[in-house]
Amino acid sequence: MIYKVIAKPEFRKFIDALVRENTSFGPRQVDTAANGNPIYQFMPVSSVEEIEFDYTATASSAKHFFLPFREELSRFSFNDSDFKQHIAYEAEPVVLIGLRACDISALNILDDVLLNGHYPSPYYLAKRKNTFVIGMDHLPLPDCFCKSLAHHTVSTGFNLFCSDIGEKYYLSINSSKAFTYLKEFQTEEPSYEDNCLLTERRKLISRSFQTEVDVTSLPSILDIEFDSPVWEKWGAKCLNCGTCAMVCPSCYCYSVEERFDIDLKGASRNRKLYSCNLVDFAVVAGGHNFRPKNGDRLKYRYYHQHRGFAENANQQICVGCNRCGRACLAGINPKDVINDLRMEKESCMICVSQSPART
Amino acid sequence: MKNPVYTFEKLKFASFEFTCCEGCQLQLANREASLDAFFSLLDVRTFREISSEKHDDYDIAFVEGSISRSDEIERLQVIRKQAKILVAFGTCACFGGVNSLKNRFSTEECIAEVYDGQPIETLPIRKISDIVQVDLSIPGCPVAKEEVERIVVSLATGSLVTLPKYPVCVECKEQLNTCMFDLGEICLGSITRAGCNAVCTSGKTPCLGCRGHADDINFPAFMELVKERGLSVSDLQEKLGFYNAFEAYRDDET
Repeated sequence: MIYKVIAKPEFRKFIDALVRENTSFGPRQVDTAANGNPIYQFMPVSSVEEIEFDYTATASSAKHFFLPFREELSRFSFNDSDFKQHIAYEAEPVVLIGLRACDISALNILDDVLLNGHYPSPYYLAKRKNTFVIGMDHLPLPDCFCKSLAHHTVSTGFNLFCSDIGEKYYLSINSSKAFTYLKEFQTEEPSYEDNCLLTERRKLISRSFQTEVDVTSLPSILDIEFDSPVWEKWGAKCLNCGTCAMVCPSCYCYSVEERFDIDLKGASRNRKLYSCNLVDFAVVAGGHNFRPKNGDRLKYRYYHQHRGFAENANQQICVGCNRCGRACLAGINPKDVINDLRMEKESCMICVSQSPART
Repeated sequence: MKNPVYTFEKLKFASFEFTCCEGCQLQLANREASLDAFFSLLDVRTFREISSEKHDDYDIAFVEGSISRSDEIERLQVIRKQAKILVAFGTCACFGGVNSLKNRFSTEECIAEVYDGQPIETLPIRKISDIVQVDLSIPGCPVAKEEVERIVVSLATGSLVTLPKYPVCVECKEQLNTCMFDLGEICLGSITRAGCNAVCTSGKTPCLGCRGHADDINFPAFMELVKERGLSVSDLQEKLGFYNAFEAYRDDET
């Protein structure tokens, strides 16, 4: 990693040059909620003026730039007695500006699942390699809990990361591409004072978290609490709408469907991001549903998020951005569900004998 | 047509209208880019919006509209006898649709208001499945042509015909729309069957549920959400009743 500092006006020139020459997306305010809060999304940007560098968090994550909500995986063309399959892994170069540390952590987790596993996804790889990721730090929202999962900072997975140290950005340059682009702009070696400001900035971010979720031993607690009444309690609130998984930066489950073209001369195989909360997620051929109950489906989302699957070395994939909690119409959020799960057990511990005392 | 992966037979197709605006059938003539390919799948026997020819030897009948007169019942029964597959086409056919608002008033009141007391025969609105057996429902006000194309291709190739089981929220989130509830509106998207690509909410109009309820919806949780946000329960009832698509749920827990 190479470190530089750049004055904010110069940084704006750099970003402007970048977005004018490339297909770029950055945070923009798209609406104002009824409660007065601005709502942001990663949207197309064509000049620096359009980018809200001081945004809070986007309602939806940046996942869909790498894992589109719908994606054609292959095309088939029919001829008289046979068919041909066409597969293309093309991805346009894209610049993504303003991802938070947790968003980049989520990409690193997706890398683990989709690139470093037994079955690397060439579709994902093409997009990941062709996307220039610029991260920016921020002060957490009151409900952000990424610190609990150690995702409030990030050291890999981006091309450039910008820490706001007042008059300047402190740049962590993590790719030769970023280094080359920056050569044409005026940057400086960080001074002693800049380093102090960066340390202060990190301390301020770390101190500013208001929400903490105790995730220690969570994988084992989830194993033990498989039949907990907590699942039914929260499942009773769940609308099965799938919103949590759609806005999540690390939910990657999908369905695949094959479809004939309307002219019957070809067909396509399509992937669609799905959610384990949707009613037919676990329906198999013949119609049997392995998870017909809301509570079971909700449980499996928490299992995948906080216990992990074998393909991900049983690591938690939740990064603590709380987008799901903010978006859930039923008020279901990881903090309350996990606390409930812990309390459920801890509050009934009075009926068992105490652990052996230290001798 | 011979093909390595499917068998294909042109569908002997007929389209009929009852009490409706005929907008759903008009959708069949929309989406010009694929119109030629679409009609290549069909052997149109009767379809008055596109042809004056009329033949009674059809296998598949799309029925648009709800039923509001006794002569409509007779016509519908004749169609049922002929059709191997009868499709309730559009929200009016599937649920009664916006016409069902009439059922909140007495027949006399309706005749007095609309026809100024002229003698006219009219019955309370009924959906198609109240009268005859329906083999397949394609909801929507109007129907989504893209979905109709997909279903017709499935029918013509003998593949499984499916509608999404999940609610509109999934498609709404794909468009990165701001949730209508966050904008202070009651939206039926979280209990309504997807397949419309969230066209209304993408235009910042709350979902009124024209596609009916999704599979296995959590209606009590939805009621709770409206109350908890301090939104008007009478506004909710108005929306649930708009297309008569939530008949089974409407009076629950009011």
